[in-house]
Amino acid sequence: MAAVDDLQFQEFDDAENLLAANRDATTISIGDPSSNSQKQRRVTSATPREEDDDLLGHDDSDKTELLAGQKKSAPFWTFEYYQTFFDVETHQVLDRIKGSVLPWPGKNFVRLYIRSNPDLYGPFWICATLVFAIAISGNISNFLVHHGVPDYHYVPEFRKVTIAATAIYSYAWLVPLALWGFLMWRNSKVMNLVSYSFLEIVCVYGYSLFIYIPAAVLWIVPNETVRWISVVVAMCLSGSVLVMTFWPAVRDDHRKIAIATVSAIAALHVLLAVGCKEYFFDSREAENPKTDGAASLTEKIAPTMKNHSM
Amino acid sequence: MAEVDEANKPLFAGLSDVSISADIPVEGEITVPVSSPSQDDEYSTLDEPVKDTILRDLKAVGKKFVHVMYPKKSSALLRDWDLWGPLLLCVTLALLLQGGSADSKDDGGPQFAEVFVIIWFGSVVITLNSKLLGGTISFFQSLCVLGYCILPLTVAMIVCRLVLLGGTGPASFAIRLILVIASFGWSTFASTAFLADSQPPSRKALVVYPIFLFYFVIGWMILTFAPSHGAGP
Repeated sequence: MAAVDDLQFQEFDDAENLLAANRDATTISIGDPSSNSQKQRRVTSATPREEDDDLLGHDDSDKTELLAGQKKSAPFWTFEYYQTFFDVETHQVLDRIKGSVLPWPGKNFVRLYIRSNPDLYGPFWICATLVFAIAISGNISNFLVHHGVPDYHYVPEFRKVTIAATAIYSYAWLVPLALWGFLMWRNSKVMNLVSYSFLEIVCVYGYSLFIYIPAAVLWIVPNETVRWISVVVAMCLSGSVLVMTFWPAVRDDHRKIAIATVSAIAALHVLLAVGCKEYFFDSREAENPKTDGAASLTEKIAPTMKNHSM
Repeated sequence: MAEVDEANKPLFAGLSDVSISADIPVEGEITVPVSSPSQDDEYSTLDEPVKDTILRDLKAVGKKFVHVMYPKKSSALLRDWDLWGPLLLCVTLALLLQGGSADSKDDGGPQFAEVFVIIWFGSVVITLNSKLLGGTISFFQSLCVLGYCILPLTVAMIVCRLVLLGGTGPASFAIRLILVIASFGWSTFASTAFLADSQPPSRKALVVYPIFLFYFVIGWMILTFAPSHGAGP
């Protein structure tokens, strides 16, 4: 690092000398980072040193650090500040989704895919998709279960969208908030090597919900075995990504607290999956028509109204 | 001080001379030129009949409807936005999605306010999303495009209600399914034709996906619309 500073000072102080030394460095502007690094390389090639490789190796990391620092510099009331949370490309989002679905032992999701650029695009739209996937497929499965039952009147059950939205968005935002607070508190007591920012935790949680979208579509099949298998598979895949991500953050803590934290994360994840499956895809209605909810209400109302209209 | 007074004297003297000795009557045109030639009347909208104003706006809305029905990457929908068309379409759709009778509150379908909120909140969120991803389109232009592109779905809703008058068998469901899928594809295609160009190519899919989801949900609401029980036998 000292070498870099030396070289930069040399470069700006004795620009005249350098220009005389190599003519091709004249057209380079200072503001452009890529041309800056080119300039540095040229300078080092003009004055050969032993640390050349070292310096070039540091060059990229320095640049990324600088850019990361610049990103956070916009104040929070400006639009640019929020644009930094949506600074992703299509292939990055696809990679992150893949990473959240396929757990790889020993690979940290945050370090491997997010890399100090947490986005809110994925979490937000994955949650939105999941809300409608659960509400719509729950509705279809309810229709399939009741199909052919006399006196059954199909209802869209739009209320389910509201309930699913409340449940999923509160899971995807409140649990990360609580976890972040907890990790901050633990960090102040015990020094942990790995610490995550709030946005990184939100990002991990949002992407970990992706696997439930295909699972929710599979839950349409009115067969309990298929449903439970898909629930367990989805839960294991995304749950293991969560556990493997947060285990390094609590590893250096006391054994009991670390295990308790990770098992709480896993338990909440299981609770969401099983809760959604049980609430939105309750197949007991087929055997026992006396259930609560809008469907049975309309079933009760429908005959009376028919009587009225007749 | 004395020098200043001496210097000022001739000035004041001159002024008093001018003001006093002006016994010539004041003459000249002091009227503001209001009565301009009649050409201006045609361009002013202040004193035109209300009917003309409304008709002109309706014509603009109708022109945009045609643009949505034949999406050909024209920028007319983007250049001068208005929110009258989206409001009209949204209210029509929300009204049509209501059950027929007022006492069937538990029909499970979306209420008027829910449809209204989903359409407006959804298009605002999609617009914010595309702005945050670095789109070059302005906020209201995007809202206008998203609102106007509901038109195929609203048309599908009207046809669906007509089909539902005929009966609610599997055949009617098949007709409605095809209608809704076609209009959903139409809406998505039209809005992406207008909006996708404002994005860098590496992010197009990220912008198109929320639009797809938005129209999919509206299509779902239309498809699952069941008439009220009062319409039964």
